[in-house]
Amino acid sequence: MKRMLIAAAAALTLATAPTKAQDYPTRPVTMIVPFAAGGPTDIIARLVAESMSKTLGQQVIIENVAGAGGTTGSTRAAQAAPDGYTILMGHMGTHGAAPGLYKNLKYNPSTDFTPIGLAAGTPIVIVTKKAFPADDTKGFVSYVKANNDKITQAHAGVGSVSFTTCMLLTHQLGVKATAVAYTGTGPALNDLVGGQVDYMCDQLPSVIAQVRAGTVKAISIALPERSPALPNLATTKESGLPEFQVSAWNAVFAPKNLPEPIKAKLADSLSKALDDDKVKARLLDLGAVIPQGKERGPDALAALVKSEVDRWGPILKSVQQ
Amino acid sequence: MDIISNLALGFSVALSLQNLALCFVGCLVGTMIGVLPGVGPIATIAMLLPLTFKVDPTGALIMLAGIYYGAQYGGSTTAILINIPGEATSVVTAMDGHEMAKNGEAGKALGIAAIGSFIAGSVATLVIALLGKPLTAMALIFGPAEYFSLMVLGLALAVALARGSVLKAIIMIVLGILLSTIGTDLDTGEERLTLGMTALSDGIDFAVLAMGVFGLAEILKNLENPEARDVVKSGIGKLLPTMDDMKRCFAPIMRGTALGSILGILPGNGAVLAPFASYTIEKKLAKDPSRFGKGAIEGVAGPESANNAGAQTAFIPLLTLGIPPNAVMALMVGAMTIHGIIPGPLVMSKSPDLFWGMVASMWVGNAMLVIINLPMIGLWVKLLKVPYRLMFPAILLFCAIGIYSINNNPADVFLTAFFGLVGYAFYKFGLEPAPMLLGFVLGKLMEQKLRQALTLSRGSMMTFIERPISAVLLLIALAIITVALLPSVRKGREEAFQGD
Repeated sequence: MKRMLIAAAAALTLATAPTKAQDYPTRPVTMIVPFAAGGPTDIIARLVAESMSKTLGQQVIIENVAGAGGTTGSTRAAQAAPDGYTILMGHMGTHGAAPGLYKNLKYNPSTDFTPIGLAAGTPIVIVTKKAFPADDTKGFVSYVKANNDKITQAHAGVGSVSFTTCMLLTHQLGVKATAVAYTGTGPALNDLVGGQVDYMCDQLPSVIAQVRAGTVKAISIALPERSPALPNLATTKESGLPEFQVSAWNAVFAPKNLPEPIKAKLADSLSKALDDDKVKARLLDLGAVIPQGKERGPDALAALVKSEVDRWGPILKSVQQ
Repeated sequence: MDIISNLALGFSVALSLQNLALCFVGCLVGTMIGVLPGVGPIATIAMLLPLTFKVDPTGALIMLAGIYYGAQYGGSTTAILINIPGEATSVVTAMDGHEMAKNGEAGKALGIAAIGSFIAGSVATLVIALLGKPLTAMALIFGPAEYFSLMVLGLALAVALARGSVLKAIIMIVLGILLSTIGTDLDTGEERLTLGMTALSDGIDFAVLAMGVFGLAEILKNLENPEARDVVKSGIGKLLPTMDDMKRCFAPIMRGTALGSILGILPGNGAVLAPFASYTIEKKLAKDPSRFGKGAIEGVAGPESANNAGAQTAFIPLLTLGIPPNAVMALMVGAMTIHGIIPGPLVMSKSPDLFWGMVASMWVGNAMLVIINLPMIGLWVKLLKVPYRLMFPAILLFCAIGIYSINNNPADVFLTAFFGLVGYAFYKFGLEPAPMLLGFVLGKLMEQKLRQALTLSRGSMMTFIERPISAVLLLIALAIITVALLPSVRKGREEAFQGD
């Protein structure tokens, strides 16, 4: 009995003793997803986490901490211990648009996190109801401009990707389409399929099934090159709206001051996950874009966060007035 | 006949040894976890999702669907045994189901819930197979204006649902609507009534409110008066419903099934209305409405059937349109996507074995639930024999775990405790929490739909009358309110419920 107690005590001290960064990880890693389970960010996180579990040799567990446009979960990750056991799957909203949207944001996307690397980007598509009187970007732009006072656009709530990207589009077109707020992509898409609203901008994975089945009409995709998931769909660049370039990127972050070896290990594991055939196939089928070469790793992500925060701030400020 | 060959294909998939086993494991695990108070289908599926990673997509979906039914059924079990409804749809079950448990008829209540659910599930499976496609087209006609009017109709039902004073019912409904306005404004993104607390910025979670005013308040009530609680201990009663009970419940089960099947298809989470509507109808049709609220078996049978039928036909918008009608279905979309299937209108033609296999597995899953649950009723009922001084700390602990698991947020646990005190105060003042919860659920939807409809109509209120379906729904609501408020009728009502 006594021996067992000593053994247990020893095991306990071992478990609580700060382990060397080189040994990382010795227990499961929690990846916070700041949105509800089932959405595009959650899907990407779960696919990547499963592969990272294999390369890290420890389970990467998904914890959904939804709320306030993803800032609740991101705040929690920012305040966690920088030991590599709490990481975050942030995205364009939480680490790009959030400072422009939330006055009381409790973190700074650039300084409160250690960037690990870009995971996957989801391209933005302009989709309209089936009966919309235009089929291509030029027709869409001229119709929207001509019917400035009648046109309606759906979005999935203030702060959502569909909201920020729609704001960007109307800002660039200089129109004032009436924005109809929904509580998520699902309900918004439902009214688009039903023909209640005219158009919306959303992430390709959310609308791809509808586009393929023809229940909504895709106008163009905001990518420099066509997506292999929808090869017939023109890009905004080739069809006359080149300034509309936007992607809902998702990326892995850790709290600031993460030790260098842990950072390198996580970045390496993430990169391996993106080369995992199964993960790759699923992501590509969804229409996601996988970062290659220089786009991967902590430095590229740090630069991306900075440019995104600088970009969204003024746009969101101008449309909110 | 296409449908027969389709269903045959479906059953050949669903009845393979592997898929049967997966369906069984799904239902069993779903029930086990769903029985924990507050752990509803969403939390259960999210937690168990990694379990399905190693299986092929069809098998994984069959297992997930099993978890979904299991958790749904588990929610009714806690509603009946300890008066804690895990979600909006089991609030009604708690009303008469828990009274039955207190009368020593817990087994009967659980039994009729399982049987009603099975019948409803079987019918709903047929509805999905036969009418899935045409019904989807119907559902798309429903725009924001129609939903708003449907919610108005729901509130009218809530007034009729109340026992005792109409005034008190209206107070509680309005309170529920007011509570639903807490949180971030949908259109502007501004926080409303949050008192600067981050925990309130997304509004109050339904489970937090329901577990507080029902579950924790119930515990406080019982601690104040320990003897009342022992009633459950003294007589467990018959484990299964008698032939007489079955006869009495047949019509309510059928009506509930029909209501649930129709409302479940509506993509705006219309299914939450089904159990409330079923309960109101059964109470109106009953020879002796005063039994309702005191352990009427029809008050469990009808709403439980409506609940299950709705839970199942909620798959229609997902399977035929690829659009999730509620949060659970949104999670199913995610689960399907992770398995490499993007739900949408093409699933049916592109992978018929998956589509029909899943439809067939719904029936198999419902049958499984009966097989798992009927023998377990004895076990659940025995739980009630555990002395209350041991029981209530366990309930509290599981409540805390359940609440925490919804958003992984400790503030939710404190908020639940607060609503427990509020619920206890309601009890002291003789106020019913059920109409408040309905007001809370409908209030949220109503506000969204009202603002969407008015944005689309450029502020013209006429949109609600110009659109025919909306106009008809409003007329029915008006008729219900008139009947409820007519002085002569009200006098009769109050006499009937004076005994409360």
